[in-house]
Amino acid sequence: MAEHTVKAFDHEIDQLRGLIAEMGGRAESALEQAMSALIRRDQKLAAEVVKNDAKIDVLESQIEKLAVQTIALRAPLANDLREVVAALKIAGVVERIGDYAKNIAKRAPLIIANKNLEPLSLLPAMGQIAGEMVHDALNAFSARNADLAIAVVERDRVVDDFYNSIFRTLLTYMAENPKMISESAHLLFVAKNIERIGDHATNVAEMVYFAATGQYLPDRERGEAPEDK
Amino acid sequence: MLTPEQQALKPNDPKMTARDVRVFYGEKEAIKGVSIDVDMDNVTAFIGPSGCGKSTFLRTLNRMNDTVSSARVEGEITLDGENIYAPSMDVVQLRARVGMVFQKPNPFPKSIYENIAYGPRIHGLASAKADMDVIVEKSLRRAGLWDEVKDRLHDSGTALSGGQQQRLCIGRAIAVEPEVILMDEPCSALDPIATAKIEELIHELRGRYAIVIVTHNMQQAARVSQRTAFFHLGTLVEYGVTSDIFTNPRQERTKDYITGRYG
Amino acid sequence: MTASRNPTDWKSDAMQKRIARRYAKERRFKALGLAAILLSAGFLAFLIITMLGGGLGGFTRTQIRLPVNFATAPIVVDPAVLQGANADRALSAANLPVVTAQAAEAALGKDGDSLLAPNAWLVVRDAIKADPSILGKQVTLNVPASAAIDLAAKSDGTPEAEQAYAMLRQKGVVFRSFNWPFLSASDATDPTLVGIWGAFKGSLLTMLVTLALSFPVGVATALYLEEYAPRNRWTDLIEVSINNLAAVPSIIFGLLGLAIFLNFLHLPRSAALVGGMTLALMTMPVIVIAGRNAIKAVPPSIRDAALGIGASRVQVVFHHVLPLALPGILTGTIIGMARALGETAPLLMIGMRAFIATPPGGVTDPATVLPVQIFLWSDEVSRGFIEKTSAAIIVLLVFLLAMNGIAIYLRNKFEKRW
Repeated sequence: MAEHTVKAFDHEIDQLRGLIAEMGGRAESALEQAMSALIRRDQKLAAEVVKNDAKIDVLESQIEKLAVQTIALRAPLANDLREVVAALKIAGVVERIGDYAKNIAKRAPLIIANKNLEPLSLLPAMGQIAGEMVHDALNAFSARNADLAIAVVERDRVVDDFYNSIFRTLLTYMAENPKMISESAHLLFVAKNIERIGDHATNVAEMVYFAATGQYLPDRERGEAPEDK
Repeated sequence: MLTPEQQALKPNDPKMTARDVRVFYGEKEAIKGVSIDVDMDNVTAFIGPSGCGKSTFLRTLNRMNDTVSSARVEGEITLDGENIYAPSMDVVQLRARVGMVFQKPNPFPKSIYENIAYGPRIHGLASAKADMDVIVEKSLRRAGLWDEVKDRLHDSGTALSGGQQQRLCIGRAIAVEPEVILMDEPCSALDPIATAKIEELIHELRGRYAIVIVTHNMQQAARVSQRTAFFHLGTLVEYGVTSDIFTNPRQERTKDYITGRYG
Repeated sequence: MTASRNPTDWKSDAMQKRIARRYAKERRFKALGLAAILLSAGFLAFLIITMLGGGLGGFTRTQIRLPVNFATAPIVVDPAVLQGANADRALSAANLPVVTAQAAEAALGKDGDSLLAPNAWLVVRDAIKADPSILGKQVTLNVPASAAIDLAAKSDGTPEAEQAYAMLRQKGVVFRSFNWPFLSASDATDPTLVGIWGAFKGSLLTMLVTLALSFPVGVATALYLEEYAPRNRWTDLIEVSINNLAAVPSIIFGLLGLAIFLNFLHLPRSAALVGGMTLALMTMPVIVIAGRNAIKAVPPSIRDAALGIGASRVQVVFHHVLPLALPGILTGTIIGMARALGETAPLLMIGMRAFIATPPGGVTDPATVLPVQIFLWSDEVSRGFIEKTSAAIIVLLVFLLAMNGIAIYLRNKFEKRW
């Protein structure tokens, strides 16, 4: 794509993309570290994740400010406009992803105490997929790649299915081990958080698709909600 | 011929149509086969870089190119179905039905009243002074100028500010009850406040007159029009609904121009 | 990050010298301009002073108070007839010149008659006509003095005249007054009797004919060439021809007038009509050139505006272009007419050089114009004509100023700002 005649415009767009990439990277590692703290029962790591969430919040307000400024000064149109609006919305969504990761890290100390929590072993895989979805969605934004975005959207089904099976597993476990109900409940919330992160990554992918093509993705098929059973 | 996109947007009863219009200045082909429809309900904007032919094409719609001796027009342009370049078409009447507002406000060096009254007078639209007074007031009201000049109708038109002069010129065009109003960059010589007033005026005139506006200012085209045509090097590159053109243009050239990646 | 700056060094010696040279050049140019203006003004002042000095005298005349005793005069007239229609005829047969001569001799001495102007008896006649009751009484009438006495009164006479004048002054019967007849009479042989009215009226009529012919034709030509004519070799040729016509020596137009108007069309010789037509040929190119420039200066935006609301070509031209071009056209007309007013050579060629003793009645009567009259008087032998020539020049200049004044007034009235 050719450069803008006004070089400062290109500079601002690049800055915006850089900030999104940084924010995405931080959210991704927040999730990774939160999961790691949970599995390895590392309280210190969990505390660090909680602390680092502030940086993600700061990035969100920076991106917001830059996006508003670009719109005011450059009056972007067509794909430039879509990209700036997408950046604004993605920043909000990634901030929530960061918040969910923080939430997971907050619950970690409450779960760690007990050494023997079977369903815990299901979570890493689910967290991994969600993490990859976040990674790929932000890559798609960076590459302005609509196909990559579609791939992310389709993967959400997997995460939803994962959540459904963990939900059923935990219910069964709680029924069989009433003494572990408290920890199980936390685990349930963690699973829910990861599922929400997967949804948010999908949102990001949808915004990337719109920014790249100007079209909206048709409503995606959601996985069956376990509550419906 | 119309493109498929143009066919999809074709109005039911277009006011003016152009089919395969070519304009030559001597040997040079300035407009290379443009087809487009203009209708009453939608303001149409022509955008494009300098020298792309948008003003030239605009001027074919009321045969103002006739005044340039080396200009030659081919193709068909109709007003209400009648070919305006047919020998039987009266150019004087055509120009009353298809009015024009120019880039630099050009009121006659007469009084405000006379500026408005001149057109109706030469076309015989008012016989008595009372009738003429009615026409003058109506035109000035429609042009959004009445309140500002009603007490000084006999002051010179050239004593008004730039924005007022341009509204006076719009009022002058309106006074002969045209069906189409062509505007060639009407706001480029005006300050932002005057520009905003003219844009508001265009909004009010929409529907009563078919309006075509040529503009360099893309934000203005986006604000003021419902249909936009992008011209480039004498051809019509893309025509569509304004909000689509400015959020998701189909053609690469259109996108490059409106995002400032042109040149 | 500060970019490196290399502004021009305005303080260096070389630059300062250049600046000083530039200012010196400006001062020299200004001085030159001023000198040119002063020189021109000087010439103009010299002209005016010489003319006024020489000509003002022509506006005064010398008169003598002459006592006439009608009771003892050998008048042969019947007072009763004077009331009727035959009064003039009766008076011309009334022997008035003899009466006047006798009265002069009685009052002023043996050569008294020679001290009076040859037409002094006309004053007596007019007095009787005005008031027949003076017949049979003694009255004092103011009669014009002779040319010699007039010159003596202006300190320019022969020794004998000076003597006679001194005598008259001693008697207290001689005085000077404004020379009204100069403005109302026509050409004559005696310098004291000449007037410029004949030439003035001739000039007026000629100018009217010139204006009536050259203005419409010139303006119409300019309009056609600018608005309607296509741009090709032929119109270029016409433009070059008109420009050249404006520079042709005026005497050529005189030859043209002679050949066509007099020899071919057999129009009356020496008539204001022919003079006007000849001058119109000369003035038209000037009006066309000025007109074309004035029309070219009307901005195309006004034309576009008029065309845009459906005015036809003719309406655009007459409602919009012409009113805006009018000041420029009038300026061109002023220039043309001023030149025509002062032309002598072409009018001499068509015969407006005759001795015209009565002012022309219409445009076909023989007439002369002011410049020609001046030329003719400057040729006269009699010394009295010198001051009359200068006086006529003053009248011509005043006429010119008045004409310019009217035209400038009209131009300012039509001037519209756009």
